[in-house]
Amino acid sequence: MAAVRVEAVLAAAEEQEAEKRRSIAVEKELELEFDLGNLLALDRNPPPSAAALRGAAPRREALLRALARDNTQLLVCRLWELPAERAGGAGGPLVARLPEPAFRLPREKPPPRPRPPTRWEQFARLKGIRRRRKSSLVWDEQAKEWRRRWGYRRAGGDPSRAWVAEVPAGADPAEDQFARLRREKRERVARNELNRLRNLARAQRGAPALPMHPTGHQDRAELRRAARVARVSTASLGRFQPRLPREPAEPPSRSGGKKRRFEPLLGDLAAERGRQLELLRDMGSKKPVLDITRAVNKQMRQEEAEAAAAHRGKKQAQRGKRGRRQHQRPGRGGKGGAARRQQQRQPRPAGGGGGAGRRKK
Amino acid sequence: LTCCYRKPKTKRAKRFLEKREPKLNENTKNAMLIRGGNANLTVTEVLKDIYAVKKPFAVLYKRKNITRPFEDQTSLEFFSKKSDCSLFLFGSHNKKRPNNLILGSRMFDYHVLDMIELGVEKFVSLKDVKNSKCPEGTKPMLIFAGDMFDVNEEYRRLKSLLIDFFRGPTVPNIRLAGLEYVLHFTAVDGKIYMRSYKVLLKKSGCKIPRIELEEMGPSLDLVMRRTHLASDDLYKLSLKQPKALKPKKKKNISHDVFGTTYGRIHMQKQDLSKLQTRKMKGLKKRPAEKLAEDGGATPKKSKSA
Repeated sequence: MAAVRVEAVLAAAEEQEAEKRRSIAVEKELELEFDLGNLLALDRNPPPSAAALRGAAPRREALLRALARDNTQLLVCRLWELPAERAGGAGGPLVARLPEPAFRLPREKPPPRPRPPTRWEQFARLKGIRRRRKSSLVWDEQAKEWRRRWGYRRAGGDPSRAWVAEVPAGADPAEDQFARLRREKRERVARNELNRLRNLARAQRGAPALPMHPTGHQDRAELRRAARVARVSTASLGRFQPRLPREPAEPPSRSGGKKRRFEPLLGDLAAERGRQLELLRDMGSKKPVLDITRAVNKQMRQEEAEAAAAHRGKKQAQRGKRGRRQHQRPGRGGKGGAARRQQQRQPRPAGGGGGAGRRKK
Repeated sequence: LTCCYRKPKTKRAKRFLEKREPKLNENTKNAMLIRGGNANLTVTEVLKDIYAVKKPFAVLYKRKNITRPFEDQTSLEFFSKKSDCSLFLFGSHNKKRPNNLILGSRMFDYHVLDMIELGVEKFVSLKDVKNSKCPEGTKPMLIFAGDMFDVNEEYRRLKSLLIDFFRGPTVPNIRLAGLEYVLHFTAVDGKIYMRSYKVLLKKSGCKIPRIELEEMGPSLDLVMRRTHLASDDLYKLSLKQPKALKPKKKKNISHDVFGTTYGRIHMQKQDLSKLQTRKMKGLKKRPAEKLAEDGGATPKKSKSA
């Protein structure tokens, strides 16, 4: 009896062990594809049928969860097979070394272009001069301690507080040495800056001023800007540059209309004469110079705009802060409204303008 | 450094600009989550949940932005330039396209590369599921199920977009007990089911633990609507990795199946008779033997008297 019971117990224990061991095995038709660097697994097997998933929501969730469990089990098996070590000593957590991510994803920005070497770098390469690593601290004899090479509390003492400047041999004794030192420092700084800008210009010589859109489709504003930059890049800043076939004749002024431009005193005499005669002709003719239609249109539009602004202002004051945010008019709506208003106005004041004109006569 | 004619005057500004310039090994991609002009509650909740999943590599824009990404991409490009984000998720809602999400990515100086419009049919948020959550910033495991993700070109782009979006930072080591979060995408019958589970590692007979999953986090049922994919050659250009990143192959080293490493050395031709070996005095040739060999040369006088 006891032996049978012991056997039964052992058999039960063995079955339990076997079950536990089975529990990490997953049966799949096709092997999954793994990218352990990204913790990614791709399952190519056809998913549970659409009919099964279209059923009741809990059943669908259960199916999805079972599928997810199987896939996750496979992924974790793979991850556990990676070489692992204990981080931070014997008691630390088990840490696995991940391989490089294999799945190719697009880059964020284009790879950096290597910049061309500067004039000094070229010279150094030619002569074989190599960089010598300088120490950051220098021994200062005066202060008897290690001081920085440059910066706050530097080794040679504060240069702005230097109270003596030796007159070098062969220099004019009446010259101001302090001024000379300051001037020379300014010159050095300016020369460095100039060389930096020259190196920068040399580096950017290959790059275009306005880079093209990567898809090849430029939008109109960018193209217009590129054309303007190209036209102005001549030696005479584009003054004698012929215009492209569809380009507008008069370019918009760069100062935005702030500077007034006057004709020269003795310019085109024939044109000036023509202008004066035309002015006299207009003054003498009976036809009204003012276009009544357009004037009336403009006036009515202005009145409506004022009324609308007043109305909106009143409503905003009523609604408060929230009102302003909720009722932000989109740009398209505004443009559509103006177009509609213009269309409405056209037939109406034609009659009004005609009537006013008739009345005048 | 910077290509501008103005140098940064402070170290902080210099660091800021260095972070944004193109590099060999790039930073983790940031995502911006934008609300459209008419975003409803569902879409806003989706954006908030995805922000929680993707923190700290995401920026959630609180205000509504009235733009239409499929028509005009300039405002999105401007935002991405300012916040240095290369992924975006734009949510909107109208009668024709209810609960709309536009998932997008960009490359090359902040120009839009791919945009895929997805409709959210069912959404269960983080708040609705009352289980314990995993810590913020956990690197998720990503699983894609369904053969549609390989067969269909649009689904393939969607897969790469989703991997890029949810991947998180690239790390060399990972703590095995910390694998807590898994995102599972199933493509069936024109729909994409996205489910997030918390992973529980249970004891099993051997070293590898048994996995149990617990539902957690946002779950979405998505339907693909419009797409605006980049052309193939542009996509290939964006995938191009610079040569410096390719792993250097070590020549003349090979491994066999059993793990033994073999090396190969190339030698010049050697004259084996003139090899420098160890000298053993006993094997040195005696004068008598040398005489026999030479044959006729005068023998040396022996020194011993």
